[in-house]
Amino acid sequence: MTGGPEDRRGVEHHSTDDVAFKRELVQLIPHLRAFARTLCGDPASADDLAQDAMMKAWDARASFQMGTNMKAWTFMILRNQFYSEKRRSWRQSQLDQEAAERTLVAVDDPEAPVALDELRQGLAMLPAEQREALILVGAGGFAYEEAAEICGCAVGTVKSRVSRARRALHAILEEGAYDRDGASASDAMRSILADAERLSTVR
Amino acid sequence: MIEQRPIETRRRSSAAMDEARLRQQAIGVRLRQMFDEVVNEPVPEEFLEILRRADTRSSGNG
Repeated sequence: MTGGPEDRRGVEHHSTDDVAFKRELVQLIPHLRAFARTLCGDPASADDLAQDAMMKAWDARASFQMGTNMKAWTFMILRNQFYSEKRRSWRQSQLDQEAAERTLVAVDDPEAPVALDELRQGLAMLPAEQREALILVGAGGFAYEEAAEICGCAVGTVKSRVSRARRALHAILEEGAYDRDGASASDAMRSILADAERLSTVR
Repeated sequence: MIEQRPIETRRRSSAAMDEARLRQQAIGVRLRQMFDEVVNEPVPEEFLEILRRADTRSSGNG
């Protein structure tokens, strides 16, 4: 049991659970940052979101059962935080989905590989629920069951969102439906394929 | 010849399927790459600082 009515000021009191919890939480920070980046796009607000989620997780540590999946738990906190902030800002300023998605495609590194840039743009064109399902399963390394828990929906729903997202993203990259002046779509796909082939021969 | 056509069609469609699968794999590789790019960034000191402060606060509050 952490916390109590007595004042422990000045006393270095850490329960073993707190120490273990903190160690695990620190290891998850890079993943929380990456997930936040896919939701916010803009690196600064993504880090704000990741920090908020980290603090929420820390404050709620008593309700976490050590040994269960902390990564999925913290991702769920981060996602809830993101959507509750978004709802608040909708009420306040009628911020639309479009604005949020514009930030997703923000590229702060001009040297970033072109195909990654296009992948980001393609992702931004997907419905939010498909995008997050694909990112959790396809990049975050979560099982469908875990992704369903994080998103608060049925496993079957996640499966169908992921498969629709894959098909749509493929079509977008293939047809060059994304908004990019000049560059041809097949360039993006060729570059992606060349990379994948290189990677598969290395393995 | 008549018998060759279905085989030819099958071969073509299986090649197309292989290609589609390869492309999906390629997108998957890129997706992980995009995510891992951020995972591999050094964690800004601010994160650890916030956690340290919270730690002091919680042991202070009891």
